[in-house]
Amino acid sequence: MRDFSYSRAGSLDEARQATLAPGALLLAGGTTLLDLAKCGVTEPETVIDISHLPGLDAITVDEEGITIGALARMSAVADHPGVKAALPAVTESLSLAASAQLRNMATIGGNLLQRTRCTYFRDPATFPACNKRNPGSGCSAIGGVTRNHAVLGTSEQCIASYPGDMAIALVAFDAVLDLGTRQVPVEDFFLSYADAPEKETVLQPGEMILGVKLRNTAAGMRSTYLKVRDRQSYEFAAASAAVGLEFDEDGKTIKDIRVALGGVASKPWRARAVEHALVGKVLEAETVAYAARLAMDGAVSYSDNLYKIELAPRVVTRAILTVGGLA
Amino acid sequence: MTRTLHLSLDINGRRHELDVEPRVTLLDALREHLALTGTKKGCDQGQCGACTCHVDGQRVLSCLTLAAQVEGRQITTIEGIAAETGELHPVQAAFLEHDAFQCGYCTSGQIMSAVACIKEGHAGSDDEIREYMSGNLCRCGAYNSIVSAVREAAEAAR
Repeated sequence: MRDFSYSRAGSLDEARQATLAPGALLLAGGTTLLDLAKCGVTEPETVIDISHLPGLDAITVDEEGITIGALARMSAVADHPGVKAALPAVTESLSLAASAQLRNMATIGGNLLQRTRCTYFRDPATFPACNKRNPGSGCSAIGGVTRNHAVLGTSEQCIASYPGDMAIALVAFDAVLDLGTRQVPVEDFFLSYADAPEKETVLQPGEMILGVKLRNTAAGMRSTYLKVRDRQSYEFAAASAAVGLEFDEDGKTIKDIRVALGGVASKPWRARAVEHALVGKVLEAETVAYAARLAMDGAVSYSDNLYKIELAPRVVTRAILTVGGLA
Repeated sequence: MTRTLHLSLDINGRRHELDVEPRVTLLDALREHLALTGTKKGCDQGQCGACTCHVDGQRVLSCLTLAAQVEGRQITTIEGIAAETGELHPVQAAFLEHDAFQCGYCTSGQIMSAVACIKEGHAGSDDEIREYMSGNLCRCGAYNSIVSAVREAAEAAR
């Protein structure tokens, strides 16, 4: 890891100002920054520690919804009973992510900004070609081992997968990110890796994620996050789904449904085609399974990850049937 | 610009002064600067849990924590959990009783993680112990004995 200078931000403004300098990065939990610095993927000149800034780790839950400060730890949000009551999909997405130690360290803001686990991206010494690290240099993953790569939102520039869990739940429930000077829906915050793989979010120098806001919905209260992976715990998703469901008064017709996918796309992926196909329908296994296949419209596999195109709709189906009481 | 930081770290209830480069992790500060080698370096990449310590009572990975970041926090390492009389912490005793290791390299991380796991209330069943201890890998595969040790220590703590 290349050396850098270290300072603690004395205030929010100081932190944001500091990010305007080239080579300056904010340090919160450190689980992504130090990991990538050790890989040689990121080589900051200056690290500005914001983990001691007061007032940015609050979690509030009221009749309107949930507000989570950017410096709240994953474990604090995962253990919050109010969050679990209003949006179990968010709780589950956090509980199923990483390990207990990492959840105690990693913050909500940092979690959103975690970078892909593409093994080629993470190994610059062995694989110099990576359009995400070095635009125009090529993609080492295409033609390589692609079991964990994305099938949606990719291009011949980049087939990396967004690795996070919580953002999948946030995108399903229309979370809005507070960037201080502007509020950005989380769905618009993330950019697909397809066209400009080096640009992953709309965050600008001088900006910082201050928090996440979620409105209470009936579908949110009846929600889940289903994560399928190669080992039972402490692993990234092979495919995952955040879903929420609200029935009409008859208790079987779908009034509102939310579906988002993880582990298969270059950004947190809202599956609106599945939602549109199911609103107004009676919840039945066959109907759901048919609609779930729409999530894979436009999917492109690079051989090793073909299984995701089969797996992801099954994950969506099981998640919907689970919250619907049919599985 | 000076590239050396003077730090004062509170480790196991004692204050330690040291001069380090900013990039030095808590793990390297403990092992290379303070001769507290009970905390182990496995992957050095946040994947194995061998370097688990407590910061302000919470289990964290010292390999992904800068030493500079935890100035002002209370750090506890494996050297700090036994009683001053030398009597082992109940989790240490349970690991011995259940033979919960083979080579022993992951053991200090396992024990630090288990102490926190029990305190958090996440050791209610074998399944829960396995889930909440999943950040600590054991390449010898002593998992069954580790779960037994954690279960017994958790039951004794109730």
